[in-house]
Amino acid sequence: MKALCWQGVNELSVENVPDPRVINDQDAIVKVGLTTTCGSDLHLLGGYIPAMRAGDVIGHEFLGEIVEVGPEVRRHKVGDRVVVTSFIGCGRCWYCENDLWSACDNSNTNPAIGEMLYGRAPGGIYGYSHAMGEYKGSHAQYVRVPFADFGAFSVPDEVSDLDALFCSDAAPTGWMGAELGGVKPGDVVAVWGCGAVGQVAARAAMLLGAERVIAIDRYPERLTMTERHVGAETIDYTRTDVIAELLERSGGRGPDVCIEAVGMEAHSAGPHHLYDKVKQRMGLELDRPVAVREAIYACRKGGSVFVLGVFAGLVDKFPLGAIMNKGLTFRAAQQHGQRYVPRLLDLVSRGELRLAHMATHTMPLYEAPRGYDLFKNKKDGCVRAVFRPWA
Amino acid sequence: MKRAVLGAAALGGAGVGAWRWLSSRRTTARTRRAASRWLVVTVNRRPDEVVPGGRLPEPLARLGDAVEVRVREAPGGRGTELAARPLAPVPTGVTEVLARLGGEDPRQAVRRALRESRCLVETGEVLRADKTVTTRPTPAGRLVDLAVERAGGEGRL
Repeated sequence: MKALCWQGVNELSVENVPDPRVINDQDAIVKVGLTTTCGSDLHLLGGYIPAMRAGDVIGHEFLGEIVEVGPEVRRHKVGDRVVVTSFIGCGRCWYCENDLWSACDNSNTNPAIGEMLYGRAPGGIYGYSHAMGEYKGSHAQYVRVPFADFGAFSVPDEVSDLDALFCSDAAPTGWMGAELGGVKPGDVVAVWGCGAVGQVAARAAMLLGAERVIAIDRYPERLTMTERHVGAETIDYTRTDVIAELLERSGGRGPDVCIEAVGMEAHSAGPHHLYDKVKQRMGLELDRPVAVREAIYACRKGGSVFVLGVFAGLVDKFPLGAIMNKGLTFRAAQQHGQRYVPRLLDLVSRGELRLAHMATHTMPLYEAPRGYDLFKNKKDGCVRAVFRPWA
Repeated sequence: MKRAVLGAAALGGAGVGAWRWLSSRRTTARTRRAASRWLVVTVNRRPDEVVPGGRLPEPLARLGDAVEVRVREAPGGRGTELAARPLAPVPTGVTEVLARLGGEDPRQAVRRALRESRCLVETGEVLRADKTVTTRPTPAGRLVDLAVERAGGEGRL
């Protein structure tokens, strides 16, 4: 089959790789209909995530049709149109039973790497380095889905492929930030990043009753898209002082909930961006936490900060003093998709959540390297590049 | 003056000697403790489901008499703590490093068996990885290969 392979830092190519097959009885094989780029892929592309090997198939956000099931798959059959969560959850360990699906105890087949890096291993994920299990990614014509009864969700007829696609990863990630960030009716919520995840986080905050939602970015097309499709206010951080602006818009208190949806390659207009970038290049700091720092400073006393952006390792100048002295709740997670997908599909089917607009560029899989160039460099207003493996 | 210098040197030497002696005792004690430490997983099932009729899960049972096993109920309704450790002496120091690199440290088999046992009891199967192939062998890729090969038997467990 055809698949998009990571070949080295900033090097991708479409290759012929062996078709996946049912290995475990609870596996399904999905013929991929749509698969999309994700901001976290850029960390793989840039060489920030360890444990990649030339030839690894990337991609983790996808939708397709089940073409084969193992003998122990009970909830799905051949022909089902399914969206699959990016994190693989067994559904029966303590973490999955407590809706902490991305912390699944049984889905990461290479636990030692995560344990050495983080103390305990996170769950497995498609196409996201050998540290997160050894699974081929979704930028391919077929993908093996372990524990299919728990990770694959049938898509209602009234939900379009493009809307359902983002229920695989971007939408549950964004929703999680608002829900686990503790958004309540009447809150002022600030969201750093107007990519797909940030847009959904902002929309989720509104649907959870926030009084005012303010999204922060620097790309005009993303800011416009967030205003138009999400209905949130925006701030262009290259044109104003974000913290002063947030204070003014929140009656001098600061936002009740601050959601960071940027990640380890954050950009800022200030000199600290250069500081972080130099340290990162010199290997003295792995991640650039510019947006996290700002969220912590901006947050009101006793407020909540939720980190959705992907971080891989160590950061510098982390304002722990602000967290402690302001009494903040600081929380983060990889997405617990299985917890949210049914609700998200329902919201989409009722027209309360719109996602398809984020697919700004759709193209055949063989053009995926170009798609990543558009996505990475934010060319042509690209928010998400979506690939059709069978086109 | 000369006597003061000699005295200080003798005192310093004695101090260094005492520090080395103490730290070697500490190291030995730590190494001994590490070598005999239980490796544990918590299985999200009741003890009678983890070891029905006293029968160990198959991956752990395969190790036979080479391991000592302890089973107890986890607090707070969190299931069962399943612990094991090799009965044979485990390598320490430089030999441990070599054994771990070579995949011959007996604790690696115990860690793997515990993880597989948990997965089997909780889900009914031992999850296997996709078979992936590299398109271009590189030194970094070979390191990843080695890490992956040892990943089931290594880590913090």
